[in-house]
Amino acid sequence: MALCGVADTGSHSMDKSITLPPDEIFRNLENAKRFAIDIGGSLTKLAYYSTVQHKVAKVRSFDHSAKVSLQETDGDPLYEISVQEEITARLHFIKFENAYIETCLDFIKDHLVNTETKVIKATGGGAHKFKDLIEKKLKLKVDKEDEMTCLIKGCNFVLKNIPHEAFVYAKHADSEFRFQHTHPDIFPYLLINIGSGVSIVKVEAEDKFERIGGSSIGGGTFWGLGALLTKTKRFDELLQLASKGQHTNVDMLVKDIYGGAYGSLGLTGDLIASSFGKSATTDKEFSKEDMAKSLLHMISNDIGQLACLYAKLHNLTRVYFGGFFIRGHPVTMHTITYSINFFTKGEVQALFLRHEGYLGAIGAFLKGAEEDNPNQYSWGENYAGSSGLMSVSPELNPIQRARSGTFPFDMLEMDRLERQLVNLPLLQDATSYIPDTVDLTEDALAREYWLYCFEEALDGVVKRAIASQKDQPEAVERAEKFRQKYRHKLQTLRHQPFAYGSLTVRSLLDTREHCLNEFNFPDPYSKIKQKENDMALKYYLKVVKSVEELSWEQRQFNLVKGLLAGNVFDWGAKAVSDVLESDPEFGFEQAKQQLQERPWLVDAYNQWIERLKGPPHKCALFFVDNSGIDIILGVFPFIRELLIRGTEVVLASNSGPALNDVTNSELQILTERIAAMDPVIHAALKEDRLALVQNGSSSPCLDLSRLDKVLATVVRERGTDLVIIEGMGRAIHTNYYAMLSCESLKLAVIKNSWLADRLGGKIFSVVFKYEVPSKAQGQH
Amino acid sequence: YILKCTFPWFGMDIGGTLVKLVYFEPKDITAEEELEEVENLKSIRRYLTSNTAYGKTGVRDVHLELHNLTICGRTGNLHFIRFPTAAMHRFIQMGRDKHFSSLHTTLCATGGGAYKFENDFRTMADLELLKLDELDCLIQGLLYIDSVGFNGHPECYYFENPSDTQNCIKSPCCLDNLFPMLLVNIGSGVSLLAVYTKDNYKRVTGTSLGGGTFLGLCCLLTGCETFEEALEMASKGDSTNVDKLVKDIYGGDYQRFGLQGSAVASSFGHMMSKEKRDSISKEDLARATLVTITNNIGSIARMCAVNEKIERVVFVGNFLRINTVSTKLLAYAMDFWSKGQLRALFLEHEGYFGAVGAFLELLKSSDDA
Repeated sequence: MALCGVADTGSHSMDKSITLPPDEIFRNLENAKRFAIDIGGSLTKLAYYSTVQHKVAKVRSFDHSAKVSLQETDGDPLYEISVQEEITARLHFIKFENAYIETCLDFIKDHLVNTETKVIKATGGGAHKFKDLIEKKLKLKVDKEDEMTCLIKGCNFVLKNIPHEAFVYAKHADSEFRFQHTHPDIFPYLLINIGSGVSIVKVEAEDKFERIGGSSIGGGTFWGLGALLTKTKRFDELLQLASKGQHTNVDMLVKDIYGGAYGSLGLTGDLIASSFGKSATTDKEFSKEDMAKSLLHMISNDIGQLACLYAKLHNLTRVYFGGFFIRGHPVTMHTITYSINFFTKGEVQALFLRHEGYLGAIGAFLKGAEEDNPNQYSWGENYAGSSGLMSVSPELNPIQRARSGTFPFDMLEMDRLERQLVNLPLLQDATSYIPDTVDLTEDALAREYWLYCFEEALDGVVKRAIASQKDQPEAVERAEKFRQKYRHKLQTLRHQPFAYGSLTVRSLLDTREHCLNEFNFPDPYSKIKQKENDMALKYYLKVVKSVEELSWEQRQFNLVKGLLAGNVFDWGAKAVSDVLESDPEFGFEQAKQQLQERPWLVDAYNQWIERLKGPPHKCALFFVDNSGIDIILGVFPFIRELLIRGTEVVLASNSGPALNDVTNSELQILTERIAAMDPVIHAALKEDRLALVQNGSSSPCLDLSRLDKVLATVVRERGTDLVIIEGMGRAIHTNYYAMLSCESLKLAVIKNSWLADRLGGKIFSVVFKYEVPSKAQGQH
Repeated sequence: YILKCTFPWFGMDIGGTLVKLVYFEPKDITAEEELEEVENLKSIRRYLTSNTAYGKTGVRDVHLELHNLTICGRTGNLHFIRFPTAAMHRFIQMGRDKHFSSLHTTLCATGGGAYKFENDFRTMADLELLKLDELDCLIQGLLYIDSVGFNGHPECYYFENPSDTQNCIKSPCCLDNLFPMLLVNIGSGVSLLAVYTKDNYKRVTGTSLGGGTFLGLCCLLTGCETFEEALEMASKGDSTNVDKLVKDIYGGDYQRFGLQGSAVASSFGHMMSKEKRDSISKEDLARATLVTITNNIGSIARMCAVNEKIERVVFVGNFLRINTVSTKLLAYAMDFWSKGQLRALFLEHEGYFGAVGAFLELLKSSDDA
């Protein structure tokens, strides 16, 4: 039955001596509006919406119209970089123990500036208990919302917006948490909420859900019956007892009745025939641990069985578990998983949620924010401001924690993304698409290397961040804070690789970007990019001319080589940034020579050339990588050839800055400048055969399931039949195994000796992967 | 048609908690037969039929005795005896002391104990068991008893007005067509079978929350020792002092989901609070345990019936013995949650069908011989 976790835990005394760390908790209160609170049996979850003002680097083209010819602009930078304040929306969620509720309310009252806020949405069984206190302290009217409605709303929200929200728990596997890549369509699903009782809810659409069943045997039964049997008062302690016990001392097993297995029915001897059956027939004392364990099995198995019966009846395979019985407790996640596996013979997997504890608060908040239409936007988890899974161990006794003087809290921050994100329509199977090539949660060796690598690179990033804001003396201090924050994240991930879902090179890069943004370093590479772009533009015509003189075959090879050589110029790669920093003369031609000779590490060049001898592609979508030499001397000559062949080209670049990747706004300016020099590009732009779109991301990697909606529309409208993905981040760390429904070209230079070694090559090895989907699967 | 099978005729079902024994007492013994009858066979018959209790824990359920049954050409009475599985070794010893092996009868046994104690029968009493599958026996025994009836009355009954506690009355019923039925056997644990014909059935699922769980938890919570004691306490208790109801949380019905205020939201939910734990009576605890286990079985049975598309749910097993609290609750649960679609049926010889099935196998096996 429903009832999400309302239980008397005994009243904890309010400890007002604890002061809150204002830099870390309840951030942006001065801009906060729209509060919501979910008060459970022991934990309070507070939600609010704020606007965050942070700096962004903007580029703006100088007005060159007054100048007579191109030559006169020599020496002037191509475009102007300015740092502007931008306001973005952020959702804050904070979880803390009920004992601190008064301290927290006082803190909020003292810091809350916004007077427009009049009500606070409240849910959870404890909401009525604290209603008066909240109204008195905050002078806000408490507006109660239905618990289950909030829960479902919250669940839909996290499933839609957080890619690695759901996971399978496997106690004995290499990694306990196996994150699921979210299915593009999250409905229908079953949510089993195990509070004091159990509610089984079938969710079919955003606002369509039904409680199809429930059970009175739930967390309250474990707690209540457990307290009677063992004289242990706290839920956490009961779980601890259970994890030490032997249920076979208390339960009657099949082998206790049969002497072995019940073979004809396939019931093994170790199966529980009768829970607590031995305490009915034997006259002896049973240990607390054994009884607690037996009780845990009894309740978990029972819930699992009912869940399976309902899943079967309604033909549902996605079953999520939540409620205080589950909430981050490995013990119960394990027993529930075991039970589901047993009863469905593996057909249904028990799924758990990283932010399960926040669902009610998120839902209550969304109810209150309906006029802002939060569901119209895409949101992204901010790794800098979120604590991650198991940041506070549920096994730790809160009284012990209070004594140690810390204020334990857990946070989730979500940023509103400016663009709505959708799947690339050209994915062969969106449901099975996984962007990341290596899951560092499971690959311990790779995890160790990459964590080390990012830690090693940290000094360089800090230096670059400071250099990008030379005019601001306090940048040094901010950069230091950034260093501490990111190093702390890396340390957390070393011990809890599962903290933010599957750990990947992409998530490590994204976390770094989030941390840089957090301390107002929106684009540490802006000046380097500017300089490089300026320099490369000067060579553009020369490169184009030299290519034009070649025979067709030679030209094609040269263009591909140019593309690859351009990709060597990547400040994100350690080996290259060393070279670039010590020897700025490292030139384009030299880079070509550095490239591996054919046959390359992955070499489908011959097939590509054969294809080029055939009819031209209708439209090529090119996910570009670095600015400077890469985009100007590598990509542009290459797409120029495609345009001449009669293929339309869509260049997809990042919406926001990441490392030295070219951003959409930079690319706009660069393209204009190239068009001014090159009639082919000029004509293509004018005739709309060359289009620039943003990809919706600010990552050096690429998640093809979260792309700008506009891009998806353009791809569809233009009948795109070729996708080119360039660079280590987009074509190796991610998408290496991505299957597309049209032809694709994935190319990169491996600029990391460890990775090269792993792939069976050497540094500067070339990957040139050309794939054609089999006819049966292709879209025609 | 003369049966060659020698007396005594027994059928035995050795469960996790109880051993169930059926014994056929021939009433048509001729003088000639009487003369030939060996002494220890006579003494076994006398011992079983003249007592209603055996040792400290053995009981004959006299009220269940079936009179004037004609089976395989013989007429007599069928007796129903039970004793705890814990006393199994004493029982085997008795078999040895009475030289049971000299009678050259086959001992038909079913239940897990037929496997577990097989070797003990052999080594201690020189007896060979004919082991039989417990679910086969259960179904054959049930169908047989239902067909012969209960001394002129129907074996089967149900509750009229199950959702109305005031007017809920036990009524006998005759089943013209038993199939398909969902058979829920509640012993120490619970098995649920979908039975389509007399030889076609499947075990749908089972649960470990059964009679053993009720008694086990009651023993731990109240210090009681027997099923009778536990039921006696439960009959006097009030589970709403122990369980958290919907109205305890919502102040009334939870209308959003159509849940009545009187529905149990959390079994033992009140026991999370120390004050409530300190003030609770043993009777209330026993009642809550009984209600929890019974409702849970009802809930699983109902879901299985719906999944298997079966409307008749037959509850058997010794958990239901002298347990009207549970039978009424099951009848209510089936009716209420299915909105009248499902009907709960019960049988008078609730726990003995396995033993009857084993007994029938004895006659069948000697038939074949």
